[in-house]
Formats: sequence, structure tokens, C-alpha cells
Amino acid sequence: MSVTSLPLARLMASKSFRGRDFLEAAIMLPLVLPPSVVGYGLLVMIGVNGPLGKLLGQFGLSLVFTKIAVVIAATVVAFPLMYQSARAAFASVNPNLEKAARTLGAGELRIFFTVTLPLAWPGIMSGLVLAFARALGEFGATLMVAGNIPGQTQTIPLAIYFAVESGDSATASTLVAMITVFCFLLIFWVNRWNKKRLH
Amino acid sequence: MLRVSIAKKLSYFNLSVEFQVENNQILVLCGPSGSGKTTILECISGLFTPTGGAIELAGNVLYSSDLDVNVPAKDRRVGYLFQDYALFPHMTVRQNVVYGLRNPNKSAAGKNGLDYKQVLESFGVPHLIDRFPGQLSGGEKQRVALARALVVQPQLLLLDEPFSALDNKSKQKLQQEILRLHQDWQIPMVLVTHDEEDALALGDIIVSLHQGKVVEMKLR
Repeated sequence: MSVTSLPLARLMASKSFRGRDFLEAAIMLPLVLPPSVVGYGLLVMIGVNGPLGKLLGQFGLSLVFTKIAVVIAATVVAFPLMYQSARAAFASVNPNLEKAARTLGAGELRIFFTVTLPLAWPGIMSGLVLAFARALGEFGATLMVAGNIPGQTQTIPLAIYFAVESGDSATASTLVAMITVFCFLLIFWVNRWNKKRLH
Repeated sequence: MLRVSIAKKLSYFNLSVEFQVENNQILVLCGPSGSGKTTILECISGLFTPTGGAIELAGNVLYSSDLDVNVPAKDRRVGYLFQDYALFPHMTVRQNVVYGLRNPNKSAAGKNGLDYKQVLESFGVPHLIDRFPGQLSGGEKQRVALARALVVQPQLLLLDEPFSALDNKSKQKLQQEILRLHQDWQIPMVLVTHDEEDALALGDIIVSLHQGKVVEMKLR
């Protein structure tokens, strides 16, 4: 997810081109759509009769109700968060710094890795954490494309929901405690890390 | 010698200027904000491409619409002092100054630039070498930025509003310093300012701009 969203964010932060606003709206769409809509859309795409599903079917592959489907659902839903943070981070880098590096004889690649990326890094990092948290909590789209197969495609939020539904409150409480502590520690650590960088 | 003759279509007006600066001259571009001063510097340094015309420095064509030449900024050997100094905030003074050097550890002055320690010394800031830009005063930042621009031995120095953030006393000091630099380096300089007094104090040639056009050119 970071691998694809970083170059995309860099491009969108610096260049204006035809269809840019359209592309941006398309990228942000999964953030505002109800998860069930995203899930249904994915199901149509990668389902056995979908365009992508049919193509994979020719190689004897099927994605629906597999671990890969879980990953796809989480990625699509979390992508806009990562993208948006990275774009804002790149846009916040003073353009004069890149210009100065250019007049000092640096090529574009060197400028990106020595100036732009280090200065945008905190913003990218917080985007990564936000996206990770969103992916961790993914429920609706996952349920639709990957189902709820214990040990296969069952994620923690799904396990909690089905534990409560079947009256197994002990399992539900354990999982809730686990995920709460984990997320708390994550946010705590990122805030600490950002504060340290400022000094 | 620098020879500039460029045109550029901007959103509010068309920029069109022509001038020439010898190695022993300082040219001052003077005019109100929004008259195209910084745009001219960016065109000379290659950060911005003009619509047409030609730029020639020390016998080399840097840009020519007729010959279809446009040397990229990184290969132009043009020093640029930005108005906000544009020091890299995440690097120390040393890292900033050696950024443009290909071989910073080689102490001998050569094709790849000067000994950065000597240059920092000549600007009176060798003690700041391990500090970050955030820990420097405005005047110190400016000296470091000048050292960074000059250590790569540019063939031309561009200065964008170097006095705008200084009080009167530091301003006079810097004017003396620029004149001394110019004596030592013997490269043409182009300085941008909105203040006519500054222009008169430094310029061998003073070009007054209004909406991208030269309205007056004074020689001293």
C-alpha cells in the first residue's frame, strides 16, 4: 500500500494535469463510501463472474473468501488515508529547498531521497499508522468479500462480532482488550516519536 | 559575462527583459513586488523555463529557444541565495554546505569545489559547523547560505532580496560583505531588491522593472 501510494501522492502534490481532480476523487472514494458498498464493488470485481475473477479463473485461481481477499479489502479501504497524509506531507515541504538542491547540482532522485522524503517523513508515518489502524478495524468490506472462516479469513473485529452474537462474551472481552491495548500503545508510541523528532 | 534576453508569458503580464553583466559588475533588478524580479532569477538559474530568448554565461549557452538548448538547473553552475535562505532544516551546517560538493573530504581545491572549511571560515562561521539551521540567527543563516552557494564555485551569483530581513546596521555590514565577495570572486552578480537605496549602494547597473518590462536602466 505504501509502495503504491507514495509515488502517487508525490505526483499529485506536485503536478497539475488534466483529469487530476477526477483521479483524486476516485482515490478518496473508498473513504466515504459505506464499507458494504466497497465490499459489494470488490465482490463484483473479483467474484467468479467479475472481470478480474474471470481472468484469474482461467488460471484456476479464485480470490473470494481467501486470505488475499482480506488483504485486498483492507488495502482498498485504508489506501485513501495513507494517500491523503502523504500528499499533505509532500505539499508541506518548502519548494525553495528543492530548488536550492537543484541549483547545487543535485538530480531529482537525490533531491527526493535527501530532501523531500526526510522532511515529509513524519506526515507519511502518521498516515501509515492511521491506515494501519483503519485496516485493522476493517469489518464490512472484509465480511462481504472474504466471509468469516475461522482460522482463514476471520479477522479480530469479525471474531468479536460473532463471539457476541453466539453469547461467548469471554472470547469477545479478551479480543476487545487485546485490540484496545494494542491500538493505544501504537498511538502512544507514534505521538512520542513525533514529539522527539521536533526537538 | 552574463547575457540575458528572455520573454515569458505570465498570468498578469508578459515578461520581457534584456541585459548584460560583466564579471566585474553587479546588476541590481529593482522594482515593486510582482514586477517579475524573482521570475528572472529563476529563469537564469534554470528553475523556470522562459517562453523564448537566450541566456549565455561565460561563453556557454544555457538557454536558447532558437538553438533549442535548455541546460538543466543542476548543470548550470549558478549560485542562488534564496530570500528565505532555503537551508535544509534537517541537516547540520556542515551537511548543508557540502551538499553541492561531489567529494567533500578532498581538501584540495579543485574542479569539484573549494575546501568547505576554508569557505566557512571566510564567512566567520566555522564554529557553527555542527548546529542545525533552526539554532542560527538570521544573519548566521544568511552567511551559511552564501557559503553553501559559493563553495561549488559558481560562475554567477544570484541574490534574491538579501536585505529584506535585516536591520539597518546588519544591512550595511552585508552590503560591504557583498562588495568584498564580488572583489574576491570576480563573477557577475545579479541582485534583486525592492529598495532603491540598496540598489544605488551596490549596483553598477540598475535595472528598474515594472510589470515585467524594463522602464529604466542606469549605469554607474
